[in-house]
Amino acid sequence: MLLRLLHRAMVFVLSVLAASVLVFAFMRVLPGDPARVALGINASDEAVARLREQFGLDRPVVVQYLDWMRGLVTLDPGIEFISKAAIGPQIADRLQVTLILVVTSMLLAVVVAVPVGIWMAVRHRHVDGLVMSALSQVGVAIPAFLAGIVLISVFAVRLRWVPSGGWVVPAQDPLGFLRALALPAISLAMVQAAVLARYVRSAVLDVLREDYLRTARAKGLRPVQALWRHGLRNAAVPVVTVLGLQLATLLIGAVVIEQVFVIPGLGSLLLDSVADRELLTVQTVVMVLVVATLLINFLVDALYLVIDPRLRTGSR
Amino acid sequence: MTTSRKTRPLLAALAATALLAGCNAGAGTSTDDGSQEPGDSAGAEDGGEDTAAAPEPGGSDETVRVGLVAEPASLDFTTTDGAAIPQLLLDNVYETLVTVDVETGEIVPALATEWEVSEDRTTYTFTLEDGVTFSDGSEFTAEDAAFSLDRVSSDAWTISLKSQLDVVESVEAVDDTTLEVTLSRPSNSFLYALTTRVGAMFDTEAVDNLAEQAIGTGPYTFENWDRGSQITLERNPDYHGDAPYFQTVEMRYFDDANALNNAMLTDAIDVVSTVQAPESLAEFEGGDFQIVEGTTNGEVVLSMNQQEGNPLADPDLREAVRYAIDHQSLMDTCWAGRGELIGSMVPPTDPWYEDRTGDYPFDPEEAQRLISEAGAEGTELRLRIPSLPYAVSCGTVVESMLEDAGLQVTIDELEFPAAWLETVFTNKDFDMSIVAHVEPRDMANVFGSPDYYTTYGTEEIQTLFEEADTGTEEEQVAKLQEAAAVISEDAAADFLFLLPNLMVADPDITGLPTNAIKESFDLGDLARG
Repeated sequence: MLLRLLHRAMVFVLSVLAASVLVFAFMRVLPGDPARVALGINASDEAVARLREQFGLDRPVVVQYLDWMRGLVTLDPGIEFISKAAIGPQIADRLQVTLILVVTSMLLAVVVAVPVGIWMAVRHRHVDGLVMSALSQVGVAIPAFLAGIVLISVFAVRLRWVPSGGWVVPAQDPLGFLRALALPAISLAMVQAAVLARYVRSAVLDVLREDYLRTARAKGLRPVQALWRHGLRNAAVPVVTVLGLQLATLLIGAVVIEQVFVIPGLGSLLLDSVADRELLTVQTVVMVLVVATLLINFLVDALYLVIDPRLRTGSR
Repeated sequence: MTTSRKTRPLLAALAATALLAGCNAGAGTSTDDGSQEPGDSAGAEDGGEDTAAAPEPGGSDETVRVGLVAEPASLDFTTTDGAAIPQLLLDNVYETLVTVDVETGEIVPALATEWEVSEDRTTYTFTLEDGVTFSDGSEFTAEDAAFSLDRVSSDAWTISLKSQLDVVESVEAVDDTTLEVTLSRPSNSFLYALTTRVGAMFDTEAVDNLAEQAIGTGPYTFENWDRGSQITLERNPDYHGDAPYFQTVEMRYFDDANALNNAMLTDAIDVVSTVQAPESLAEFEGGDFQIVEGTTNGEVVLSMNQQEGNPLADPDLREAVRYAIDHQSLMDTCWAGRGELIGSMVPPTDPWYEDRTGDYPFDPEEAQRLISEAGAEGTELRLRIPSLPYAVSCGTVVESMLEDAGLQVTIDELEFPAAWLETVFTNKDFDMSIVAHVEPRDMANVFGSPDYYTTYGTEEIQTLFEEADTGTEEEQVAKLQEAAAVISEDAAADFLFLLPNLMVADPDITGLPTNAIKESFDLGDLARG
């Protein structure tokens, strides 16, 4: 098992390296010169060249890459070209915001999806279960940003219950924070909940068909009781896997939602930096997202090995 | 020729009177009946003397929240281009020696109370206001002024706009309140340039970290920057002029036009500084909000690449393009009818403005005739536009109008600024583009050089611009009118319309500038009445 884990870890490291090369290369072929963007429309070629030199963009790309990698490894990716602000603390700040948003959405999604999914499974032969199932199908199809726009127009603009956007630091104003968090978290959670509920449903359905559950019921337990006592833990395995994968898509979804709700998270930092051609910032933010995604996958894999004894033996 | 003006004390006196009378001082809205009239000699009276010492009573402890698009990339406009930084800092945190009156377009005193111009018009002697301090406590003297102007020509300034002061030969601090600037030749644009960011006054001791720290003499001080959301300014307690009404200004940045509108609709902000989508104004009509509509310096130019070998090198074809576009209907369609038709590179707030919309009236038959005469039916033109709201929505209208006239148009949308700058601006790989030139008095800049992306810059026009800059003020007006006419008649480009200044605000906010013709958005005038 340790060998397998090591193998997974190596795959993880190699993937991170490959991704860093790709991200770096992609940023170099992106049209648009950071120095030109900084100096504006009328800048002379000499001035642009001088600034490129100041930014260190005239050095060989390999040197630039290695320099950046050193920065990543030492957790000090350097300073921005234009704003001269340190990139590391900025990303840390923004990441915090994004993580709050993502984790809240995930929790919301789980809280809603698990009971609904179980309900859909248990009642899958009844009208209410089918209706619920159809609704969740619709939920899957609605993009988060659209949900966000609709929620804003109803709950912020019409009803004035919550703000239409912005961010409040939790320590400064906890209530304001919750109000600001509500709509973006719900928009992100809606789709996730719909997806997750469908997985829960099928996982529970699978479990319901298992022999041990039939046995449990034969011993006199009602279906829900049987499920509660014997089935849920087994149904949880595939659901946890999906949860991990969902977390990665949530991170990406947050990029868009942050834009809709004017939230100063990683997503808005990414988009602003692309516009300003702050190459280092863009590269680093993308790497943070990539590493997070790969890390989640790795952890899910590792968790699998721990949970499922069949995988440990290496017979599969 | 001598220019001598004293308005600041006058303004202070007027403001004090207004306050005593119980009405709102800093108003300065379009409806204000000339209380900001400059050039009156009555200002020399002692009314002005005590304002520097006691700048209170107009102040409240209120906060005003202003919504804007496009957060600055840095606070340093000496090394970073873009309108967002001077919009925020110039005249609010930094000040200039002279400034522009947004109602009259005239140049009026700011940190310089008066100035004299020598007979040969190459030496400017500025008398600086006394007792002015920077927000770090150090005194503003002619030394700082000389340092600031000298610095523009040094390597410290990197943005291209620094060339506006190329004409400066030497700068000298004669004494603490006297600054002498010598030009290499007479230049009408010099004084105007001083009203823009190149004229900003810096503290000799505080220019090390301009990207994150701004220290100036203005009515507000830079307080805090929450990157990604807002910048906070606080009233400068030692401001030498009238204290602004609001204690705190929160400049809130929105990437998304809808989010900005929603913030206004839900009372999360008090002012929308620029409405990005004019059709959305309907949401604000009906009395709950005030809508300000005026002009800007943003000429929306349909540029035509006339370098040899390109289809639009043919003047007939360029004329055809101008005839083929129905400007009124274009503006109605893509910018909700808001804006102004100008027909040339001059906004109505410039002294040399003339209505040139009649040069190429909408005439589809004439356009078709010119196209078929040139044997250019079906010529394919690449319209490469930046990913900006006006360019995207107006681009398709231009496309359909030109296709009606018999040309083929392909639209490419390029990410702005980076991709557009590279493709259109640097590589000149385009046939037509659409972009608003928002810099003030930029006709010579945009059409004065064949190397510029507009690819015009004939010798004739260069001579005109030079004569305009070195001649008397009257000659300047006449020559620039002529230049605008030549550019228009040569169909050097087409001028789609002038971007409007559209603002939305709470109904009781006063002091909003009707016309946005300065680089800065003056916050010192804002008040709640």
